[in-house]
Amino acid sequence: MAGFGGRMPAGGRIDRSRPVSFEFNGRQHQGFAGDTVASALLAAGERITARSFKYHRPRGIIGGWTEEPGTFVEVLGAGASANQPATALAVADGMKVRSVNCWPSPKFDLGAVNQLYAGLIPAGFYYKTFFRPGWRFYEPLIRRAAGLAGAPAAPPAEGRFETRDWHCDVLVAGGGPAGLAAALAAARAGVRVLLADDGHEFGGSLLDRNLMLDSAPGAEWAAQAVRELAGMSNVVLLRDSLVWAYREHNLILVCERKPARRGLIERNWRVRAETAVLATGATERMLLFGGNDRPGVMLASAVQRYVNRHAVRPGRRAVVFTNNDSAYMAAADMAAAGIDVAAVVDCRSEASPAALRLLSDVEMLPGRQVVRALGSRGVRAVEVAKRGGGGMRRIPCDLLAVSGGWNPSVQLWSQSRGGINYSENIAAYAPAKAAQAAECVGAASGAFSLAEALAQGAQAGARAASRSSAGAETVELPRVETEEPCGIEPLWESHSAAREQDCFVDIFNDVTVRDLRIAVSEGFGAAEHAKRYTTAGMGLDQGRTGGMNVYGSLARLRDVGIADVGVTTYRPPVAPVSFGAVAGMKEGPLVLPYRHTPVTRWNIEAGAVMYEAGARWRRPGYYPAAGETMQEAVNREARAVRGGVGIYDGSPLGTFEVKGADAARLMDFVYTNRMATLKAGEGRYGVMLTDDGLVFDDGVCFRLGECRFLVSTSTANAELVRRHLEKILAVERPEWDARITDLTCQWMNATICGPRAREVVSALGTDVDLDPSAFPFMSIRDGTVAGVPARIARVSFTGELSFEINVRARDMAALWSAAISAGRAHGIEPVGSETSHVLRVEKGFVSIGHEVDGTADPFDLGMGWVMSMDKGDFIGRASVMIRRGAGEPRRELVGILTKDRGRTLSEGAPLTPGGRKEATEGFVTASVWSVVKERPVALAMLMDGRSRIGGTAFARELDEIVEAEIVPPVFHGPRGERLRR
Amino acid sequence: MLLLTCPHCGPRDEREFVYGGPSAAKRPDDAGGISEEAWIEHLTVPPNPVGAVAEHWWHARGCGEWIEVSRDTATHDLGGTGG
Repeated sequence: MAGFGGRMPAGGRIDRSRPVSFEFNGRQHQGFAGDTVASALLAAGERITARSFKYHRPRGIIGGWTEEPGTFVEVLGAGASANQPATALAVADGMKVRSVNCWPSPKFDLGAVNQLYAGLIPAGFYYKTFFRPGWRFYEPLIRRAAGLAGAPAAPPAEGRFETRDWHCDVLVAGGGPAGLAAALAAARAGVRVLLADDGHEFGGSLLDRNLMLDSAPGAEWAAQAVRELAGMSNVVLLRDSLVWAYREHNLILVCERKPARRGLIERNWRVRAETAVLATGATERMLLFGGNDRPGVMLASAVQRYVNRHAVRPGRRAVVFTNNDSAYMAAADMAAAGIDVAAVVDCRSEASPAALRLLSDVEMLPGRQVVRALGSRGVRAVEVAKRGGGGMRRIPCDLLAVSGGWNPSVQLWSQSRGGINYSENIAAYAPAKAAQAAECVGAASGAFSLAEALAQGAQAGARAASRSSAGAETVELPRVETEEPCGIEPLWESHSAAREQDCFVDIFNDVTVRDLRIAVSEGFGAAEHAKRYTTAGMGLDQGRTGGMNVYGSLARLRDVGIADVGVTTYRPPVAPVSFGAVAGMKEGPLVLPYRHTPVTRWNIEAGAVMYEAGARWRRPGYYPAAGETMQEAVNREARAVRGGVGIYDGSPLGTFEVKGADAARLMDFVYTNRMATLKAGEGRYGVMLTDDGLVFDDGVCFRLGECRFLVSTSTANAELVRRHLEKILAVERPEWDARITDLTCQWMNATICGPRAREVVSALGTDVDLDPSAFPFMSIRDGTVAGVPARIARVSFTGELSFEINVRARDMAALWSAAISAGRAHGIEPVGSETSHVLRVEKGFVSIGHEVDGTADPFDLGMGWVMSMDKGDFIGRASVMIRRGAGEPRRELVGILTKDRGRTLSEGAPLTPGGRKEATEGFVTASVWSVVKERPVALAMLMDGRSRIGGTAFARELDEIVEAEIVPPVFHGPRGERLRR
Repeated sequence: MLLLTCPHCGPRDEREFVYGGPSAAKRPDDAGGISEEAWIEHLTVPPNPVGAVAEHWWHARGCGEWIEVSRDTATHDLGGTGG
C-alpha cells in the first residue's frame, strides 16, 4: 500500500546489510535488523494493523515503545508468545506474528459490527447487563469476543527459562543519558553496578532525537559510555532487559529477554540492590479530539523515533498537534526526514521562541486545537478550530503527530512506595518522597532536558556509590549543544463536548470521555473507581498514553483540582512479562519436587500406582496384579494384613529425637497425656493440641533413655510439629534444656503387620527377642535385623500385630527386599496407602485431614482418656476445659453403616437432620469397603453422635439421601487383643 | 519479599523464613491458673498495630532458629532482631 511514507534511502540505526523477512497476518514483509515489527510495518505502508478491544475499530501504530496502546501481536510458532506490543518487538528472520483482537484480519474484521452498537455498550454495560443468571455464564463468550491472544498451546519447542539471584551496590534502571551517567559515576567508584535497559540498544532518547553532545551526535557519547562500562569487571550490563518490579527492601526484578546463553529463552534476575537509581525516562501522552485513535494518529515522539532510529517515514504530509514545546523538535526532525509538515497546531497562544526557531516554512496555528481526525480507514484530513470556537478549517494530511506533554515513568518508583505529586510545571505526576533506598533521575524525575538528565544521573550514581564505597569520583559530563525548550500548558478537553464519544482516553480498552462522564454521574468519579468502572488504564499498556487524560477529564467533569481526583496504584509488572520468566526453572516436576523413599524404585518395578501422600512424599497407592481393579487389589492387600502378613513403607512419617535434661518436661507440655512416667524402651500413643485446644497431630512417643525421646508424627505435619516444638523452646520455655533433631529422612522404616508378622521378622534374622513377654506392645528395642542395625518398635496403625523396623536410609532398600523374600513363604503382600486407609478405618483410628480437621478436640474424637489432668499445664488444656465447661453440643466421632449394604457413601458427604436440605449436622470423614465386615463402612463426625448410637443418620449424596445406622466407630478388634499378641 | 536479618546467619531472603505471627505477651506459666477472660484475650487478640510490631519468624531454610523481628506493618521498616 504505497503512498504512506515508507523507508528513507539512508540513515537510521538499522543494518541494511541484514534484511529480514517476517510474516504478519499471513503476509510476507521485509525489514532490516534493528527494526521492530511496527517500524517494518510502517516502512511497508501498513496503516491498519489491529482492531480495538471492545468496538473492533481499526487501529494503527501509535507509539514507539511499550507505551503503545494500539497494536499488539501474538508471536506464532516455536517461540510462541502472546500480546506483545508490535512497537517493542524486534523483527527476526522467519518470525510469524498475528494481530490480536481481530478475525479474520484487521482490514476485514467481522467483530467490527460492534462499532455500530458502540453507543449501546457504554461504561458499566457489562456489569449492568450480564448479572443474570451470573457473570460466569457470559464471561467465556465475552472474553472470546474481546479476544486477547490466548496462552500458547504448547511449551516452547526448545530452550528453557531460568531465574538468577543477584546482589549489587547500585542498580540502574534505564540506559538512557541519565542512566548511563549514573552507571558511569557508580562504576568508576568501584562498586558493583547492574545496568538494565529494556531497549535493543543502550542510549534511550539519545538514539531517537538529534541531539549534539561535545560536537558529536548524542548516540556516539552513549556508545562510548557503554564501551567503558562493558570493560569493567564490576559492571553487569543487561540489554533487552525490563526492570519490571520493585519490591520490599530493594528487591528488584529484571527480565532479561535475550540472554546470550544458548538454549536459554529468558532469564529473570532477582536483584537485591543497596541503592536503586531509576532512570526510566518519560512517556508522551495523547491529546483529546474526535477520532484520536484513527490509524495515522501517532505520538510525535514516536514519529521522531521512527524517522531517526528506523529511517521510516510514517506519513507523507503531517499535521502536528501539541500543547508543549517538545513537539517542535519532533516536527523539525520530521521535516528534515522529508515529511511535509503542513502545520503545527498549538493550543497555547504562543510557543516559546526557542521552539519557534526550530521550524521554518511551516504554518504555525497557535491558540487552536484539532477538533477531529477524518478518515475511517486512516487519517485523510484534520479539522482545526480556534479554542472556544470559530475559525474551523480542514487540513488534508495522512499523519497527525500529537504531543500532550510528558509523564515521568514513575511506575517503579511508585511500586517502591515512593510518593508522587502533581507538578504544575510539567502537568504530570513527579516523584516526591522516597520510601526505600532509591532515587529518580532525568526525565523520570520530571527533569526533561538532556543537561539536567546527565547531571542528575552522575550525581545520583556517585551518591549511591558512596553508600557502599568511599572512593566515589566525579564524572566529567559532555556539553549539551542543542536547545531543548520544554514549556507546556495542560489541555484536558476536546474542542467540544459533541465529540466526547470518539475522544479516547484509553485507546487500548476503548474508553472514551463519554464513559468517564457516565462514571462521574454514577458516583465513580475517584481515580480508582473510574478505573474499575470504565477499565481505563487496565489494558496491556496500563494506560501510559491516556492516564493523565483520565485524571484531567475527571477533574474537569467534577470541577475539582487534578490532585483531588487521586491516582491509581502502580503494580508489577511495568510491562507484560512472560509467565515463563516468572516461573524460571520451576516447570513440570520441578514446580514442587517429590520426595522419595529408597523403596520408590521397587514400588515402580512392582507396578504400584503411585500417589502423592502428604508433604510431597511419593508413595504407593496400591499394587494391582494383572487384570485387577483398584478395589480388588486393595481387598487382596487388606485381607493379607488381616489374615496373614503385609508390609508397608512407613518412612515418610515424621521422626524426631528430643534430647536434654528437660526433654521429659517438654514431652509432658506438648502431649496431652503423661510421657514423663514412661520407662526407657516404652512408648505411648499421644495427642498434641494447639493452644486453642484442638487436635493438631498424633503419634507415638517412645522414651529411649532418661533424657531422650523419639517422637513420631503424621507425614503431613512433620514440619509443623518441628516448628511447634522449636517455637516452644525458643519462645515459651527458653530456659529448658532440650534439643530437637529431625530424623525423618535419616531413619526409614518397613512395617511388617498381620497375624504372621512375628514369623516374618524371625525369618529375616534378628537378635531382638520377639517374644511378647520380652517385647510387648508399645515398646522399642535396638538390635539388628537382616544383618543391619535396626530399631524395632511395636506400634500398630492397622489393629494387627506389627513390627516397625527402622533402619538407616542406606539400608532401607536391602531391608525391604529381604523382608519381601523372607515373607514370601507366608504370603506377604506389599500394602499401599489405600489399604492403610481401609485398615485404620476398620480399626477406628483417627487420621489427620479426615477426622482431625482442626476443629475437633480429644473428647470429640472419643479420646478424652488422652487428657492427663493430673500433670499440670500443657498446651491446649486450658482451652479444652473452657470448651467442655460451656457444655455446648459438639460433633463427635461415630461409625456409620448404610442400611443398604450395597451402598458406599462418599467421603465428605454431608449429614443433615432427616436428610433435609438444611444446616448440616456432620459429615462422612472416611468411607471404605471393609474386608472384615464384607460391606461398606464409614466414619463420621456427627452432632451429639455418641448419644445417638443405634439411631439413624442421613447422608445427602448427589443422587439420593442415604439412610445409615449410627454405630460405635470401631469395626474390628475393639478390645485391641489382636495388636497386643 | 523482605530481607530479614537473622542474628545467626546475617541478612537473608524472606523465602528462607516461615512467619510465626506477632509475639504477643509471654504465655502464662500455668494457662489454667489465670482467668478465662485473660486466657481468651491472650489467645485471640494478637497485637495488630499500624506501625512497628514484634514478630516471630522461623529460619526454616537456614539455621532452624526462631527469631524475633520488629517490623513496621505500614512500611516494612525493620528494627532489631534477637534470637
